[in-house]
Order: sequence, then structure tokens, then C-alpha cells
Amino acid sequence: MQTQTPSPWKQATRYGLIGGAVAILMSLVGMVATFGQRYIVSGIFTMGQVMFLTPILIFAYMTIRRTAPQPINKVILLGALSGLSTSGVMAALVLTGQFLNLRAMFPNASPELYGILTFNQESALGLLLLLGTGLVIGGIAGGIYLLSPRMRSTLLQATTWVVLVGLLRDLIVTVSYRWGFLGNAVKALFAISGLTPLSAVILFILVGAVQYWRLERKQSAASRPTTNQKPYTRWLKLGGSALILILLPPVLGIFFSEILDNVGMYILMGLGLNIVVGFAGLLDLGYVAFFAIGAYTMGVLTSPELGFFSLTYWEALPFAMLACVLAGIFLGLPVLKMRGDYLAIVTLGFGEIVRLLALSDWLRPWLGGTQGIQRIAQPRIGDFLLNTQQELYYLFLIGIGIVAFIAWRLKDSRIGRAWMALREDEDVAMAMGINHVSTKLMAFAVGALFSGVAGTIFAAKLTSVYPHSMNFLVSINVLCLIIIGGMGSIPGVFVGSLVLIASPDLLREFAEFRYLAYGALLVAMMLTKPEGLWPEARRKLELHEDEFDSGQEPLMAMGNPDGR
Amino acid sequence: MAMLEVENIHSYYGNIHALKGVSLTVDEGEIVTLIGANGAGKSTTLRTITGILKPRDGRVQLDGEDLSHYKPHEIVYKGIAMVPEGRHVFARLTVSENLDMGAYSRNSKQEIADDLERMFTLFPRLKERRSQVAGTLSGGEQQMLSTARALMAHPRILLMDEPSMGLAPVLVEAIFDTIKQINKEGTTILLVEQNALMALSVANRGYVLQTGEIVLNDTVDKLKKDPTVQKAYLGME
Ligand SMILES: Nc1ncnc2c1ncn2[C@@H]1O[C@H](COP(=O)(O)OP(=O)(O)O)[C@@H](O)[C@H]1O
Ligand SMILES: [Mg+2]
Repeated sequence: MQTQTPSPWKQATRYGLIGGAVAILMSLVGMVATFGQRYIVSGIFTMGQVMFLTPILIFAYMTIRRTAPQPINKVILLGALSGLSTSGVMAALVLTGQFLNLRAMFPNASPELYGILTFNQESALGLLLLLGTGLVIGGIAGGIYLLSPRMRSTLLQATTWVVLVGLLRDLIVTVSYRWGFLGNAVKALFAISGLTPLSAVILFILVGAVQYWRLERKQSAASRPTTNQKPYTRWLKLGGSALILILLPPVLGIFFSEILDNVGMYILMGLGLNIVVGFAGLLDLGYVAFFAIGAYTMGVLTSPELGFFSLTYWEALPFAMLACVLAGIFLGLPVLKMRGDYLAIVTLGFGEIVRLLALSDWLRPWLGGTQGIQRIAQPRIGDFLLNTQQELYYLFLIGIGIVAFIAWRLKDSRIGRAWMALREDEDVAMAMGINHVSTKLMAFAVGALFSGVAGTIFAAKLTSVYPHSMNFLVSINVLCLIIIGGMGSIPGVFVGSLVLIASPDLLREFAEFRYLAYGALLVAMMLTKPEGLWPEARRKLELHEDEFDSGQEPLMAMGNPDGR
Repeated sequence: MAMLEVENIHSYYGNIHALKGVSLTVDEGEIVTLIGANGAGKSTTLRTITGILKPRDGRVQLDGEDLSHYKPHEIVYKGIAMVPEGRHVFARLTVSENLDMGAYSRNSKQEIADDLERMFTLFPRLKERRSQVAGTLSGGEQQMLSTARALMAHPRILLMDEPSMGLAPVLVEAIFDTIKQINKEGTTILLVEQNALMALSVANRGYVLQTGEIVLNDTVDKLKKDPTVQKAYLGME
């Protein structure tokens, strides 16, 4: 029987080849080799192997889902074919590398890489091993597809945990030193690199069991009528999370506190930019400018080195905040009439101007030029000086608490509604009686204020500021974390910051591929979950409404010629 | 004294002289229609009344007060609301949120809630779809929403720009029935239309606009009998 759809075998090969391209990309940018020595399970497999084996699994799984439904043995065979195609592409890379010197063009195409891809075996045997592994993993993907969703999710969860814990071995061991007896127990779980095989198995079973049990509970909970959560459990949860947040720095130690501070700084900025971009729909690419203005104002007002003022942190803070608000309004005024791309370009320029001014010789007597400003004051509460990462963490925590509360209140306020209207349709917003001038300026000013506060804490933390920290990439990072978290969503800012800022800091090797990973993540997000990881309720509604309506009632979409 | 008085306005788009001395009046409680062909300047007239466009000459008065010093958003507070051409709902907000936004210029929660109920009696369709995203409504529903949203500002006078545009004949009739209903409930209406037949059937008086100038001005009964109107706008020979 001849059908219109391409034959499943062809599709399997195609997906397999695409997977091969992804695997080659990851190999040639150096990700595989970088993680080649990082054992997940000591002596058994490394992160490098995870990196090139994952595409095989993922693309084989995708093949099976796209070609479904198929009989059981065909599912396994299709998966195996897809896996074989992927590993075939990699084998071709290894073969080519033996005859041609690829290193001239791809510095990462090293013997080391080939070693990893062929499991450190001699050429023919190695290639066979590679192909065989592809075949088997592809087949396993088929097997996974045939499992119940509950079993699948259990396996996925358990595997992810093993990989994560193995990968973060160094960090976990370092942190656990602080826990005395408990620390020794933790240390015993790990080898020199990665988990010991035994503890890997235990962890796998443990996480799997917990996940399996949780899904069971969820299922039975769904079948029962939902009872409302008792109010005291809610307070208990809230109090519990607060306690955990407060206890984090002493428990985790200095290295994690540094990361947490960094995340906190980006959360503060994210909350501010979320108002400008997410609430009011004004695309601001020069957001780092306000961060810089906050930090530099703090510097100028408190550093005795410059010899103008030497205020304390708390005395200088209101002035820094005022400076940021004014800067926000100053930027807002000329761009009132601009929309979309024009606004983006102008704000981008504004960010660069601020950085260049800080760098300039002309303002050197005031701002220190390339040398920046040193000896910036740190906040003091009573007799207590907040100067370590752990102590400053609490400053971030309080700052975030206040700022998040303000943002949350603003969102549902009158001005929040005005921002929303302006974002949707400026002309109609005016026809509703919304003053677009003051509304836009308010968004810029509040956004600038939050970013400026982050800047002051940043300056106090390092006790110095330099123009090169006011990089354009800071603005891009903040924008990315908002998009990843979910435009206009306040919890999304937290999630986005944790994912984008904490993960490269946790895994130093990863930092090298930071922007590559951002790019891949953004593309993947836009394709699969455009509303973000923790979307605002409205965005979710609207994106899913699309799915429901398309096809059902085509006239509806056509009835709105000027919808967007 | 008329409620809305447009006196000899001249409006421009750059060098384009779009309105060449338009004058019209609307009395309290009336439905007045402004008919004219495409590009005659009907929308421009409404834009000038709502302050989005400032006339180079002439003025707009509401209850004898000159509106030329007010910004567009301030004019809403004076009691003029507009249903824009092509509907323009907030496509990504829900029906309820759209209506809420319409009441932006008002403070009394109780009155707003009462008006919301009134809108839902006037447009039962909107009540059914209150939590649906407005961009997914049909054209007719969007027109209802856009009208209801303007009414949520509790205007003294409602300006409507071609509400029948692009709607099926059944829906057009429904919309015009609603216009009569709204008027009966006490809102004065200035109705801009190309569909002269329908417009003249609901209005008390009418103006005919041609390339930026008022060429005719009379009660609807007289206009319906006018040979030029019959020929140009009612499609009779
Ligand atoms: N934004 C604009 N810029 C320049 N010319 C415009 C603009 N809007 C309308 N016009 C011109 O003004 C005249 C009147 O337009 P308009 O008031 O929209 O007509 P109507 O609403 O009666 O169809 C037309 O000649 C039109 O081309
Ligand atoms: Mg028009």
C-alpha cells in the first residue's frame, strides 16, 4: 500500500542524520572534549559521553513519536535505525579525521575527541563500538517509548539526578566539608571524579522510587475531588521557604553565596526590566545603563578616593535611587514616540553612551576612567558591617523582597493596567483616557530604579566599579532571563535567573559555552514553550487558545484584520 | 446650545488639507450621522473631535467649553468616547479585561460594576465569552466589545466610526438595533457611516461629507429624499 507520508524508515534516517549534525556540532565546538574527563559514574561513563549520546537518544525518540503508531518490533527497529544514522555520522567524522587534518579549521577536532567518540579503542574496533552503541541506544529509545508514561517519567527523573549529582561532585563535596560528620558520609558517596558505581545505583533507585510514588499519589489525587488547602499549611510552606532562604549562606558556604549574590543581582534587574519590557512592552536594550548609574553614583558619593564626598552606603542610597529615576525619565522623554525596533536601537545606544562616558578621559576626574572607582562604602547596620558574600546575600534578599512586592502590587494596580493597555495598542489606550506620556515615563523610571538598586549593591559588594562591568551583554542576559522565565511573569524572573545565571556559575566548564547554550535554549524555548518556563497566566491562556481555535473556526482569525 | 459643537475646523496631515472648514452640531439625546465616501474625511473629523489631531483653525466645543487645550486622554474625562474604525480591541486581553480598560477613566467601583452588568444585558454574547481572549472573537463580537468598551467610560456622547464595516448584513442590523437601544438609554451618538441606508434609518439628523467639506445637512427624512444622496449614497437612479 502506497501512502502520501514518507516511509517511516526514511524518516528515521532523516532524524538520525539531524541528530548526527547536532552531535558533531557539540563535538566540534569542544563541549564533548571539555567534559571528556568529567566522570559521572567513576570509571564507567563521563559527561563527554553523555553529551554525544544524548542526541542519539533524543532524536531516536523523536523519530518514534513522529512515525507512531507502529507495531512493537518496528518501533525498536526504527529507533535503532535512527540511532545508527546518528552514530554513523559521528563515525564518518572520526574516519575523516584520520585521513584529513580537520584541526586547521576546527581546533577542537583533536585526537582526544576521537578517543572519546570511539571509547578509546583502536580504529576499526572503536568505530564498530560507536556504531553498535548508536544502534543499541536507538533501540533503547524505542523501549522507553513503549513504557508507561509513569515509568518513563521515573526513568528520566532518576537519570537526570544521577547525571546532575555526578556532574556537581566537586561542589557538593566542597560544601559538605562544612557539615562535619554528615560531610564525611556525603564524601563517601563520591569517587575522585563523579559518583561511585554503587552510590550511582542507589541514587538511581532512590530517586526513581520517590518519583514513582509521587506520580501514584498525583494520580489518585486527580481522581479524588480536590479539597482546599488548609490555610495553616500555606503559612507553614511560606515559613519553611523563608527559613531555607535565610539558612542558605551558612549552610552552603562562600562559593555558593557568591553565586546566590550574582543570581540575586540579576533577579533585581530582571524584576525591573520585566516592568519595562514585560508589563509596558517597551523593548529596552540599554538596561545596563541604569545599573551603571546606580553603581557609579554609589561610587562617587561614598569613595574617599575621589575626594568629593564620603557618605555611608545608606546616606548615598537615596541619591543613587534618585539619579536612576531621573535617568529613566531622561531616557524616556526622547523615545516617547518610538516603538518596537526603533526604541530598541535608541536604548541600545543609550547603554553604550553611558559606558563610554564612564570610560572616557574627559570624565576621569569624577568617574575614574578605565581605573574605575575603588574603596566604595559597604552597608553597615548598627555596628555590623555587611562585607562578605554571605552577609551581602541578606541585603539582596531584603532588596528582592521589597522590589518583588512592589512589582507584584504594581501589576494589578491602575498603572499596571495602563501599562498593559499601552503594550497592546497605544492609540486605543489613549482613547481609554490613559496618559501615555506619564505612563511610559513611569515604566522607565521604575525599571531604572530597580536596576539602580542592584547597581548599588553590586558596587558595595566589590567595593569598586569599572566601566567594563557595564557591558552590553548584561542587558542581553537580563532580557534573555525574562524571555526564558516568561514575559511579564514575576516568578518567571526568579526561574529565569536561576537557570541562566546560576547554571554557568555552578559549572565552570560550561561558562565557556554560555552564549551558545543561551542561543540553543532560546531557540528550543521558542519552538516548544514560547510562553516561558513559568508563564504569566494570561500569556499561557492566549497561546493555548490559539491551539484550540485554529482549524475549528477559521473565520474568527480573519475577522480581526488588525489584531496584532 | 448644542452639546457638541464643531465649528469650521481645518485639519491637516502634513500638507494634505483633509478637512476644509467642517461644522456640525449634536444636541443632547440625538443620533446624528455623518455619511460620506471613502476618504471624505469622516475619520479625520472624529480624530479632531477626540483631540488626537489638532485643527489648524476652528474649534470643538462640548457644552460651550473649548476643548482645544485638552490632550486626547483628558477629553475622555470630559465625556467623549470613541469606538474606533476597524474595532481595535486589545487582542491579547480577555473580554472582561477589555471592558475593565474601558472604565479606566472612572473611579466608582459600584458604578463600574453596574455598567458592566448593563453591558452584559446589552450584549449577552460578551457575557458568554467574558474570559476569552478578544483576538479570537469573531468580527461581529469584536465590534460589540469595542462598543461596550467605549460605553464603559460612561460617555455623554459616543462617537462611532463605521461600526458596520466588514460585517455580514444580519450583524449590521443587530449593531444598528443596539445603537438605537444605547441612545434610548440616554447616550448621545455621533455615527460615522458609509452605509448610508442603515445610518439614515436610525439617525435623527445627518450630514454629508465630501472631500473634506459638508455639502448637505438636514433631517434624515429630507436627506433620504434628496436626489444627490439617493444617487451617490443610496444607490438609486
Ligand atoms: N495618517 C494619514 N496621513 C496622511 N493622510 C491621511 C492620513 N489619514 C487619512 N489621510 C487622508 O485624509 C483624507 C481623509 O481620510 P479619512 O478621514 O480617513 O477618510 P474616511 O474616514 O472618510 O474614509 C484621505 O484623503 C486620506 O488619504
Ligand atoms: Mg474612515
